[in-house]
Amino acid sequence: MNTPMTTPRTLTIERQLPYPPEKIWRALTEGSLIQEWLMDNDFQAVVGHRFHFRSTPVAGWDGVIESEVQTVEANKKLSYSWDTMGLATVVVWTLETTPGGTMLRMEQTGLEKEANYKGAMYGWQKFIGGLERVVGGLQ
Amino acid sequence: MRTAPNAIFKSLADPTRRAIFERLSRDGEQTVRMLTDKSGVSQPAVSKHLGVLKHAGLVRARPRGREMHYKAQPRALAPLVDWMSYYSQFWHNRFDQLEATLKRMEP
Repeated sequence: MNTPMTTPRTLTIERQLPYPPEKIWRALTEGSLIQEWLMDNDFQAVVGHRFHFRSTPVAGWDGVIESEVQTVEANKKLSYSWDTMGLATVVVWTLETTPGGTMLRMEQTGLEKEANYKGAMYGWQKFIGGLERVVGGLQ
Repeated sequence: MRTAPNAIFKSLADPTRRAIFERLSRDGEQTVRMLTDKSGVSQPAVSKHLGVLKHAGLVRARPRGREMHYKAQPRALAPLVDWMSYYSQFWHNRFDQLEATLKRMEP
């Protein structure tokens, strides 16, 4: 088993898209379009707006993600909290104009509970290390 | 059962609970009495800790004879190690769908 506990707790995904930022911005901020590619939602591009993403519930998960809009910079940057299953994260979308269109970046980072994550991780290295044999079969 | 990572962290943040969980992981199934003998805390305290671990899905209890026997459930640790990989897969998939949406949209 690797030691994923020590990796930075930010997930980054980038993709070059052959469209101008304005078009991608629409897909990121219009409810009916968001629903097409992400999830059912009551999103509004207004800072402070609280909303939900909803997907089909599965065993152990009600399918609901609680969110609040944090940043709205038209055609440039959008962020909202993404809180589900006891894990609080924030999702940040960044749009950067490139010669061929737009570089779209998504970063998902832990919030205050993530700080606990990190604090706990420190004392946990040994503990988790000792459990490696036991959890080795998980991956 | 899939427990929220935060609940798992919370339940293992306590050193006594962590020690109990480590013992169960290392030595296999134990009774409250066996755990109490070596933990240096009272039996009610051990029982309480086991309740928290059980709630987080980290241990399972089963009655055997007159006593409850507790067993570690290391599989419950899975959410700790895999939420990043879970979301990585999730977002790659959504990026694909986003591209499909962009293709369908008017210019």
